[in-house]
Amino acid sequence: MLKITALTKRFGDKTAVDAANIHVEKPAMIGIIGRSGAGKSTLLRMLNCLSDASEGSINFDGEEITALKGAARREWQSRCAMIFQQFNLVPRMDVVSNVLHGTLNKRSTLATLFNLYPQSDIHKAIEILDRLGIAEQAPKRAEALSGGQQQRVAIARALMQDPKIILADEPIASLDPMNAQVVMQSLRTIHEEDGRMVIANLHTLDTARRYCDRVIGMRDGRIVFDGTPAQLTTGVARDIYGAGADFSEAATSTEIETLDRTAAETAYA
Amino acid sequence: MADTALSGVPHTINSIQTSYMAQVQRKRLYGGLTLLIFAMLMVSGFVVADDRNAGGFWEGLHQIGDYPADVLSEAWEKRAELPALVVKYFPALVETINIAAVSTLFGAAGGLVLSLLGTRGLAKWPRLIPLFRRISDVMRAVPEIVIALVLIFVLGGGPVPAMIAIAIHTAGALAKMFSEVAENADLKAIEGLASTGATWSQRMVLGVFPQVAPNYVSYALLRFEINIRASAILGFVGAGGLGYELRNAMAWGPGRFDEAAAIFILLFGTIVVFDQVSSRYRNRLTEGQGQ
Repeated sequence: MLKITALTKRFGDKTAVDAANIHVEKPAMIGIIGRSGAGKSTLLRMLNCLSDASEGSINFDGEEITALKGAARREWQSRCAMIFQQFNLVPRMDVVSNVLHGTLNKRSTLATLFNLYPQSDIHKAIEILDRLGIAEQAPKRAEALSGGQQQRVAIARALMQDPKIILADEPIASLDPMNAQVVMQSLRTIHEEDGRMVIANLHTLDTARRYCDRVIGMRDGRIVFDGTPAQLTTGVARDIYGAGADFSEAATSTEIETLDRTAAETAYA
Repeated sequence: MADTALSGVPHTINSIQTSYMAQVQRKRLYGGLTLLIFAMLMVSGFVVADDRNAGGFWEGLHQIGDYPADVLSEAWEKRAELPALVVKYFPALVETINIAAVSTLFGAAGGLVLSLLGTRGLAKWPRLIPLFRRISDVMRAVPEIVIALVLIFVLGGGPVPAMIAIAIHTAGALAKMFSEVAENADLKAIEGLASTGATWSQRMVLGVFPQVAPNYVSYALLRFEINIRASAILGFVGAGGLGYELRNAMAWGPGRFDEAAAIFILLFGTIVVFDQVSSRYRNRLTEGQGQ
């Protein structure tokens, strides 16, 4: 289905992603882990064609993505939705309009400039918001919402695109543990119910372990681990993060339970 | 938590859809009406303006290229003399740029003081903020050319009245822009300085300037570009520089169009060069902060 071969991205003399190879046979929920600067974001941005690859190929269902130009490229972007760490919504527009931005690729530029969307699309947008539990926020401005709600609006925009793949770049890094859980659970549900492929950059190990079917570890632009969460031992994790023996999973955690556990352990010690 | 967030409430979704649709319809109606009124005003305004125009818009439209064509054809015939003319008028160009530079410098200094005195949270005398704001309003409301005409009447022709006129307008315009930037400055640093017993001037120079300097310089450079054009125009009313020569050349009519063309080339070249240089510099200031 998705076949990434020797994908490389260089910024000047720095190599952000170094010959990445990833094969995905059927829709899965994939977590990419690694410390900041490991090339996770660059990899996702290349998949969405937000930045061009220096070398290598991305092949989706037999179509060469890196070769796409102009309208075909934008059409691919609409099939491959992206969710960002900082939500990247238009703050002064209402929630439904933000969700409707997911249809921009299908509609004429002129109509969308005047905010003219068909009624069916508006209804669908509100249904998606309802599915994510934030339908009551529909008429509010995006900037008036909390971080967790904004991220769910971003997910709704992604769903509005009706994409084959959802890319999530650190979707929970700016959220508190409670909202992080809601957002991750939403992504998991979308994967399970709609059968869409979800690729998420995650900076915490336990989130990847808990929600993903497959975990890819990156370090300094290279893929150093690719396997199931069960294969991800503490030793492997230390390698990925380049950490010493004092590294423990709890140190990277945002889960409430883990925090409780750590607190309890600290108190016990 | 996750479960409650994901399960919908079936009976309210219809009402949310209906109320949102109603809101959208209302917005579209208002938008359409506004557009209609705007279009009607534009059309009727054009008709009125055309009626009152002495020559008539449509009758004059085809002659719009005549004057430039005359200038260009004559300049092309005498193209051999152009380089000499460009050299001849170069001192006038330097005078024009000088007027712009000096007036930008004085105007920026005046605007700086006015802006700090007229910004909420920074002003030395908060009660006098409206006074300083009105002063800067007046300074930028009066066109340069009006001030210049009055000053030329009093002081006689030359670059000094032009310089004063542009400086006054610049101070008013920059005071407005500067104070908008200063309003967004972080007050914490200023409070920190105040806690050490610093005077108002010390707080402004050491606390505010480092935060706003890139934006201030950027606005001042933009103003410098505008002032080059302004000082060229003021030459037309006798303030010296390139504009004065241009008026002489143009008033003479056919026969000296080659000189007009040479001056246009100089003016155009200067504005392009300064636009490019200052926009590059401004980009560096605003984007490359901290490098």
